[in-house]
Amino acid sequence: MADRPAAPSGPPERGRFGRYGGQFVPETVMPALDELAREAPAALADPAFQEELGRLMHTYAGRPTPTYRAERLTAHHGGAQLWLKREDLLHTGAHKLNNALGQVLLARRMGKRRIVAETGAGQHGVATATACARVGLPCVVYMGDEDMRRQAVNVYKMRLLGATVEPVESGSATLKDATSAAIRDWVTTVADTHYVIGSVVGPHPYPWLVRTLQAVIGVEARAQVLDQAGRLPHTVVACVGGGSNAIGIFSGFLGDAGVRLLGVEAGGRGLDGPAHAATLVAGRPGVLHGAFSYLLQDPDGQVLATHSISAGLDYPGVGPEHSQLRDSGRAGYAAVEDGAALAAFHRCTRLEGIIPALETAHALAAAGDLAAGLPAEEVVLVSFSGRGDKDVDTVRALGERTDHRSDEVGP
Amino acid sequence: MTTSPATGAARLRAALPAGGEVALLPYVMAGFPSPSATVPCLLAAQAGGAAALELGIPFSDPLADGPTIQRAGQAALRQGMTPAAALASVAEARRSGLTVPVAVMTYLNPVLQRGVDRFCREAAAAGVDAVLVPDLPADEAQDLAGAAAASGLGFVAMVAPTSTPERIAAAARLATGFVYCVAQVGVTGARDIVPPSAVELLDRVGRVTTVPRALGFGLSRRAHVVALRGHAEGAVVASALLDRLGSGADDPAELMRRAVAELCGR
Ligand SMILES: Cc1ncc(COP(=O)(O)O)c(C=O)c1O
Repeated sequence: MADRPAAPSGPPERGRFGRYGGQFVPETVMPALDELAREAPAALADPAFQEELGRLMHTYAGRPTPTYRAERLTAHHGGAQLWLKREDLLHTGAHKLNNALGQVLLARRMGKRRIVAETGAGQHGVATATACARVGLPCVVYMGDEDMRRQAVNVYKMRLLGATVEPVESGSATLKDATSAAIRDWVTTVADTHYVIGSVVGPHPYPWLVRTLQAVIGVEARAQVLDQAGRLPHTVVACVGGGSNAIGIFSGFLGDAGVRLLGVEAGGRGLDGPAHAATLVAGRPGVLHGAFSYLLQDPDGQVLATHSISAGLDYPGVGPEHSQLRDSGRAGYAAVEDGAALAAFHRCTRLEGIIPALETAHALAAAGDLAAGLPAEEVVLVSFSGRGDKDVDTVRALGERTDHRSDEVGP
Repeated sequence: MTTSPATGAARLRAALPAGGEVALLPYVMAGFPSPSATVPCLLAAQAGGAAALELGIPFSDPLADGPTIQRAGQAALRQGMTPAAALASVAEARRSGLTVPVAVMTYLNPVLQRGVDRFCREAAAAGVDAVLVPDLPADEAQDLAGAAAASGLGFVAMVAPTSTPERIAAAARLATGFVYCVAQVGVTGARDIVPPSAVELLDRVGRVTTVPRALGFGLSRRAHVVALRGHAEGAVVASALLDRLGSGADDPAELMRRAVAELCGR
């Protein structure tokens, strides 16, 4: 049976994480947010709901996922041991299903008859389409044109699963614009539709709800690493798009004052230009998609276009709890550029036989650098948020342009 | 000539009297179809018969807006429109004879980045009468409503067909200029009919407040405005006007004047 927190704590007061969070959305959806803020804690506290979610997580989705000691990667970097929390082994190939399945069960319980979602890399779209197929609800997924091109396999998977994929052409045609389009759909269909947001972003209660559903990653990982490595990690490393896999794994270690937390954002083509998505490293607080949080914006408050090799990190906002963790210093945040992420992608594939998602590769790059400077008895735990099948076309297209050479990673 | 009331809220209430004709509030997007069209369009809307105006300050990610306003806002941003330039165009229009009240409509982030107090002070100094922020529900609006009042600006609160009685009461308590009643469960965009639920919403609001009510989202023709008699003091028309402005090579101000006159039954 999957190991889930027994009694989830309720939503933060008025939906705030310190000064961050809130509900900055059109009035039309406020009553639906109020309903969700009432119904979600009630469902999560209901043993029957927990039983069904826990059973599906175990027998359908494959929880608990293992925590794996990556010996060859460790040897390559030299230094601390690299351990990987294998969310890539979850059904549909990423941590996204933890949230999507929970929210779709919740939507059914609330009597909703239709599901709408946004997706960037397509992993959240596939997870939501999967949960909708399992539960029997119609599903519409908004996806930027640019992302539909670079994550074509996931588009086809969503359609196979019975979902409608709506292309979004406005703005930069990536996750930001898909999220706006999904919210506009929800504003129009709110009477019978539930919006399954894909990360710890958006208006209250979403950041709390998604965090609660992703907390299983941290609960399992903490127990596994203690059991298998015999110690707590020196640092827990996770990539941050909206921040859901990071919050999920961080939440298991927030009470362990000695464990450092490192979130890794997309450095794109470098922070000296505009082509990146390093919100916490290079942004300043503002409001996007219903929450006050760090944001990449111009001096007038217009939201900037972003760039990352990884569609799932290509987002100018970030979850409000990360903003609080950044300001308090409890978590640190760094940026990894496209090239370093790509090199980590190849390294992990060749040395461990695991093809990581390009999102995950950002965390692997930072974790490798960190481990290299630490003693061998220390543990660096990486949230291995997803598998890289969806990125194979992108990597192949980059082909000869990468600085990867096979001799760099050994035989 | 009577002296103008002292605050923006009072000027808006005077422009939207109870029991009269339904007053028209045309929407002008600052910077659309071009930055140089903003001041002429404001003046033309007044000439066409507008009782008050809404001036949109474009935002990159307008969650409450459908394709027409999204595209107009993107076009304005591409041509360099900024919050400061939008406010400057109100000041210029005032110098050129604009006398009707102006409510600026924008999203929260541009206001926050300027600073809520500073934004309200600058808006008031430019000749703006009220502020309206569609992603700021009553629960979160204390600061802006307070800053608006401190600068002599009115605050426009929004209610929707989905609003509960408690939420309508909360919005009515905050509203000083008018209560903006959203006609559709949905985003902005011209539509053929005004749903019966819009009139129900207006009547629900009218039972709890004497602040004027204006209906907006979807209104596109004279008949929509006329049908509100006895239920609303004002009617906001936005996307239908932008659709007209964006459609022709004609002078945008002249298109605006004619369209507004038509909506006013002139
Ligand atoms: C594998 C994988 N990791 C990480 C992310 C980033 O999302 P988050 O920051 O919410 O975990 C995505 C998003 O698509 C993803 O697919």
